[in-house]
Amino acid sequence: MDFRDSPEEAQFRARLRDWLAANLPHNWGTEEWREPEGDARVAFYKDWSRKLYEGGFIGLTWPKRYGGHEASIILQAIVLEELGRAEAPEHIGLIGIGMAGPTILAHGTDEQKDRFLRNILTGQEVWCQGFSEPDAGSDLASLQTRAVGAGDEYIVTGQKVWSSFAHIADWCILVARTDGSGDKHAGLTYFLMDMHTPGVEVRPLRQITGEAEFNEIFMDGVHIPADMVVGREGDGWSVAITTLMNERANVGFALLARLDVAFRRLVALAKSTSRNGSRAADDPLVRDKLADLWADLQAFRFTIYRAFSALLKTGVPGPEGSVGKLFWSETNQRLTKTALEIEGAFALLGAGSERAVENGRWQQLQLRSRGNTIEAGTSEILRNIIAERVLGLPKSSR
Amino acid sequence: MDFAFTEEQEMLRASARQLMAERYPIERVAKIADEAGFDRTEWDAVAELGWTGISVPEDRGGAGLSFLEEMVVAEELGRALYPGPYLSSVVMATHLLRIGHDANELRDVVAGDRIATVAWAGEDGRFDTNPAPKVGWDGEYLSAVRLFVPDIGIADLIVVVGDVDGGLGVWTVDREADRTRWRELSTVDTTRRMGEVVFQGTPSHLVAYSDAYSPRPHGLLRHLEALRDRALAALAVEAVGVASRALELTLEHARTRQQFGRPIGSFQAVSHSLAQAFLEVETARSLAYWAAWAVAEGEPEAGPAAAAAKARAAEAAVDTCERAIQAHGGIGFTWEHPLHRFYKRALGIAAFMGWGGELRARVAADLLDEHP
Repeated sequence: MDFRDSPEEAQFRARLRDWLAANLPHNWGTEEWREPEGDARVAFYKDWSRKLYEGGFIGLTWPKRYGGHEASIILQAIVLEELGRAEAPEHIGLIGIGMAGPTILAHGTDEQKDRFLRNILTGQEVWCQGFSEPDAGSDLASLQTRAVGAGDEYIVTGQKVWSSFAHIADWCILVARTDGSGDKHAGLTYFLMDMHTPGVEVRPLRQITGEAEFNEIFMDGVHIPADMVVGREGDGWSVAITTLMNERANVGFALLARLDVAFRRLVALAKSTSRNGSRAADDPLVRDKLADLWADLQAFRFTIYRAFSALLKTGVPGPEGSVGKLFWSETNQRLTKTALEIEGAFALLGAGSERAVENGRWQQLQLRSRGNTIEAGTSEILRNIIAERVLGLPKSSR
Repeated sequence: MDFAFTEEQEMLRASARQLMAERYPIERVAKIADEAGFDRTEWDAVAELGWTGISVPEDRGGAGLSFLEEMVVAEELGRALYPGPYLSSVVMATHLLRIGHDANELRDVVAGDRIATVAWAGEDGRFDTNPAPKVGWDGEYLSAVRLFVPDIGIADLIVVVGDVDGGLGVWTVDREADRTRWRELSTVDTTRRMGEVVFQGTPSHLVAYSDAYSPRPHGLLRHLEALRDRALAALAVEAVGVASRALELTLEHARTRQQFGRPIGSFQAVSHSLAQAFLEVETARSLAYWAAWAVAEGEPEAGPAAAAAKARAAEAAVDTCERAIQAHGGIGFTWEHPLHRFYKRALGIAAFMGWGGELRARVAADLLDEHP
């Protein structure tokens, strides 16, 4: 048991820090920073993603043949940690790197691997996910988007929802029903859909915060070539499970880094907010909550580390991993709510008001946090998974 | 970066679990708890394995392992609700006896020939370090009242911590020394009994003294703080052991107990409650192992880590036992069923050396206040 970096890890971390110091965009993270808009914004993030790739910090565990480094997963964890700590811009290919890529690596054909993987790492092609539907959320297998085989292609019609990046995406990992006759899990097929195909329409979905982070995708007679099926026709459910497992497994270190930053900012808020002639940080109730959140943060950190060590040792994720996302989501909700309580009446004010604290940052984060217990597996579904697959309790009736 | 136990540590865990399963099945623990029947000869078995001085250096008679190994054993003893003096004699007393130069006292305790405990809290029940609870000391005779002295009923030697006129001291006293009165208090958790000791001008042996609370790295204050961190980390891993076993008993019950023609574990009202207990136990385990590692390595964050781990693990253990009692229904509320023993140990851990709020106040000071 040792939490310190090995010499090789320390060297890699130092190189990344130096690289970030030299390469972070001018004014990034300062008050002067102005986020580009529209096409310029996409160009900015693509450019940043390519820089990260060329710096050697992306695709660390992937095969060299596809632009990866075949390096230890620890180095990948260090990248996530350091990018989070520096609050650096994110790579534009989150869905590609975290979900589409690992799925293609596991189930794709050699042609698919050669065609797609390197462009995911460089950020040249952006991916989105087409899984959820208006009537298929937690019960994903009941999805209704139809794909009808016609010679060497499929014709797809239906609607997907909660798709981040879809408005700028070039490709979509899409699960659709190719057979509606039997078991709902058996009739699904996994496709790689070109988002520029005629019949694909993307509409932004305005969310609780007022922003549009997600989209709806409408497909009306979209043609997908048969060589864009991943796995075989009818294997869609098991291929989709690979995607979802990777979604949960990969996010741990990124979530940890973000929680670290959020906690640091929360402490700064408590220290800078005055209350009754002293700091909010001197209020015993605030102090108790901050200490408790610190314990949550460390508990999450070392739960991720434990899961990670188990993975390195045995090759399979330990039971610790299944609690990570569940624990993080509820911690993040408590953390952001605590910020509002520290602000007092100023919690009423959102972005755009001169009197708002930090231009409404915490109001936005708190509202956004309500999605944390819904996205990537609701807390209810995750508790079912823990109960049945980890604790060995009998299946609940559904 | 590696957060897994070594193979040797896993083997140590397996042998501790086996010893406890053989010698301390829950029926026997229940009997001891109801009858005050701690069997002294059992301590010899612990000594033979080297656990009575597990992290004491070999040149002082110990097994020379690290604090992490000491904690692996502590967790397993917690799982078994082991009713012996591991926390008092091994985790706490040997740490203080190591400061002194009296090789005999340490050697006897490490060998398991004598059992030692620590008398720290005064009449307010607080285990303070700066200042420590008051004592009177005239260079030869000690006067003080000490409460919540663990395992006093089976201890031979008492290590006393106290403040004398702004100085910090550690003494040893034979439990049967003249002008010493001791008695066991009626504890809710009878698997770990606590007592009261009154020293009325007791002849005692000064182990160490410092006339100021110097924050020097090797000062006596640092040693007392390290004692606190060791004890808190041990209570945390022990709580994790208690909670894990209570959860396992409950999972077994939820898989087999039938109501409405189905195992009750198939109802989400039950299964989600137990999934939540699992989440609390596993995240508390992460904190407890981190604290154990930080204490073992003397890391700067050992203090807040141990405080946070003890707070969180005790709360997780209490909560898990409450969920366990609820999931068991009526049988879980009976004296006959062993669950109440786990619950009472969990409550005992929570109450000993600071409830969560008190410990979090210390974490908050570390986090939020300027340090000179």
